[in-house]
Amino acid sequence: MADDDKAAAIKTADSKVVDIAAETAKMDTDKMWIIMGPQHPFSHGLWTLKIQADGEIVTDAEPIVGYLHRGWEKEAENRPYPKIIPMADRLCYAASMTYTHLYCMTVENALGIEVPEKAQYIRVVADEINRLQSHLMWLAAVGTDLGNFTVFLWAMREREYWMDMNVRLCGARMTTNYPRIGGVRNDTPDIFDRDIIRCTERFEKALWDIIGMIDDSSIYVSRMKGTGILTREECANLGITGPALRGTGVDFDLRRDDPYSLYDTLDFDVPVLNAGDSYARYMVRIEEMLQSCKIIKQAMAKIKALGKNAPYRLKVPTNVPAGRHYAKLEDPRGESMMYLVSDGTDKPYRLKVRSPIFVNVSASKELVMGCRIADVPAIMAMIDMCLGETDR
Amino acid sequence: MDTTIREYQDSWEDEIESKLNEKFSGKIEFTGKETRRVYAKVPRDALFGICKFLRDELSFEHCATVIGIDMKDYMQVVYHIDNYTVYKGECIELTVDVPNDDLHVPSVSSIWGGADWNERETWELFGIVFDGHPKLERLLTPDTYEFYPFRKSYKLRGWQ
Amino acid sequence: MDMSLYPHAVAMSADEFMSWSTAMINDLMSSGTRRTIDKLTGPIWSWSMKNSMHPLHWGLACCALEMAAASAPRFDAERYGMIYRSSPRQTDILLVNGWISKKVRPDIRRLYEEIPNPKWVVAMGECAISGGPWYDSYNTVQGLDQIVPVDVYIPGCPVRPDAMIDGFMLLQKKIDDYFRRGVFLED
Repeated sequence: MADDDKAAAIKTADSKVVDIAAETAKMDTDKMWIIMGPQHPFSHGLWTLKIQADGEIVTDAEPIVGYLHRGWEKEAENRPYPKIIPMADRLCYAASMTYTHLYCMTVENALGIEVPEKAQYIRVVADEINRLQSHLMWLAAVGTDLGNFTVFLWAMREREYWMDMNVRLCGARMTTNYPRIGGVRNDTPDIFDRDIIRCTERFEKALWDIIGMIDDSSIYVSRMKGTGILTREECANLGITGPALRGTGVDFDLRRDDPYSLYDTLDFDVPVLNAGDSYARYMVRIEEMLQSCKIIKQAMAKIKALGKNAPYRLKVPTNVPAGRHYAKLEDPRGESMMYLVSDGTDKPYRLKVRSPIFVNVSASKELVMGCRIADVPAIMAMIDMCLGETDR
Repeated sequence: MDTTIREYQDSWEDEIESKLNEKFSGKIEFTGKETRRVYAKVPRDALFGICKFLRDELSFEHCATVIGIDMKDYMQVVYHIDNYTVYKGECIELTVDVPNDDLHVPSVSSIWGGADWNERETWELFGIVFDGHPKLERLLTPDTYEFYPFRKSYKLRGWQ
Repeated sequence: MDMSLYPHAVAMSADEFMSWSTAMINDLMSSGTRRTIDKLTGPIWSWSMKNSMHPLHWGLACCALEMAAASAPRFDAERYGMIYRSSPRQTDILLVNGWISKKVRPDIRRLYEEIPNPKWVVAMGECAISGGPWYDSYNTVQGLDQIVPVDVYIPGCPVRPDAMIDGFMLLQKKIDDYFRRGVFLED
């Protein structure tokens, strides 16, 4: 060791003898920063998660976002109100009709108009279809992360049936540009209620096959149970909303507690679990999918009861009176909000989007602290991120 | 602090207004009330005290968002704070005016972790400095950018 | 003869590419034995390459969901040999399916350079073709061909999975032409 010390001692530029062994012992060289970079099979969306790992245990984490930033809110300031609807579609592209619904609700609040009942129920159906599509996409991603390719294939197969419903309703599979300020673009087609009831009934049976692949296997369950634990206070303080918050025991759902778009006339349950780990978040989303089917059936019955001639769209003025208004909506990922500052012209002055995943991603440090590197994909999959709305 | 969850009552907005007024009378100015919504205007120096009171005494434990608005002559920062327990479903909105020549606001990220990235984003896009923020660096735009994109003085290509 | 575009930070323009490729073809066509061998083996390389196109497993934005749907049961891209690979060293095709922001620009260039030759680039969706709906943004690049040379452009917003597979069949034709000219033996 003495020879090594002698060999390791070098002279620096200002003739001070530096003992490398002693110096490196002071530095924290056991910990390594691993960059799960923008191109990574487990990063669902374009972001980077830098992990500092001491052996297998994660000691620090830092998310880097911004790879999809396009200045959405600034671009919205130069477009008339109806032209922002297709832009809002591309905010969260997995559940696009929820964001356009939210945007239309905000402008309708600002205009002070009340949307016809039929349009509100159609929007509810569209929202829930998008919630199912988004949750199925999430389930497919969970499948690939946990190493279960069959779940990916089956969940994508189910998702295709719901995309067919999108096509029946509005003609496009994704980013549909369907809600309008004052209602929806077109009425539901004649065969829609037959098709959607068929789809719902098929899905309620098929979902159990998919869940069985994960729940019946002790490996997947043990990978999810007990990892990524957050307490109730931490979750609420960090600003996390949605299924992640309901997985820690907070019984809050905007559809039931702060209802919009006639959700208070529909009867559904809100799943809440107390464990606060990945498995709880997973179960909350699965249960939400089944509740969505229930909501769709009730809303379709109400649409049928309203009849074919009920109005579904109002004519609205192009200029929005000056003021500040906002609307909140229960996105599949949490609570999303749009804040509109209008100045009497036909373009918004400031349109701010509050995306639930923005804060969920900022909490990724607290989520992965202390777990092993192999657990990181399983935990990050449970956050269900959609980077389009984070970076805007 | 009582954390029993209650069902919504109409009197909640008045209750919150009276509690805030009795502690911070003169500093806080209520601009509106609706079901489950309270709107208030707050001066800069009273912001931190009011926010701490909201979290500790009234159990408003969730900061949803921090919004920056460029009103050309001055700037505004708007905070939305939610409640899940005592006043379940209530959302209070605080507006703070910031003069253009002194763009500093005390940071509330030590009170609510949810305000952390929101404040960082507001700084990056508007240039409003949040004093006391642990890490005020560029988040969404690349590090080499030197301008504040969302200010009204910055025009995108093709705009007048 | 080197086919390296790598030192240049900016992709070749159309005129440059025409003169460069004509020079290359003339060079090749001059040698007789080489021509015969290439004629015999070219179809084999082209058959194997076009039936095993391996794109990079990389999703940027909305079109990425349709790319995932293309590998899903209904539109099964795997029957064409398309398996997504995670590491750029093991792929042939860089498939860019979303808008390109200034932050991700160096990463795209680096991924393009990490993919070994022969490689192709497919621009999927309006945003990769020309910037798409974000035409006045301060943070997007107006088109992928400003950074890397693009082989196939697939229009759509978002691109339907069957349109994406159709685009890849066009790419198969291009791969065919590339190998039948016998360029492969030069590497």
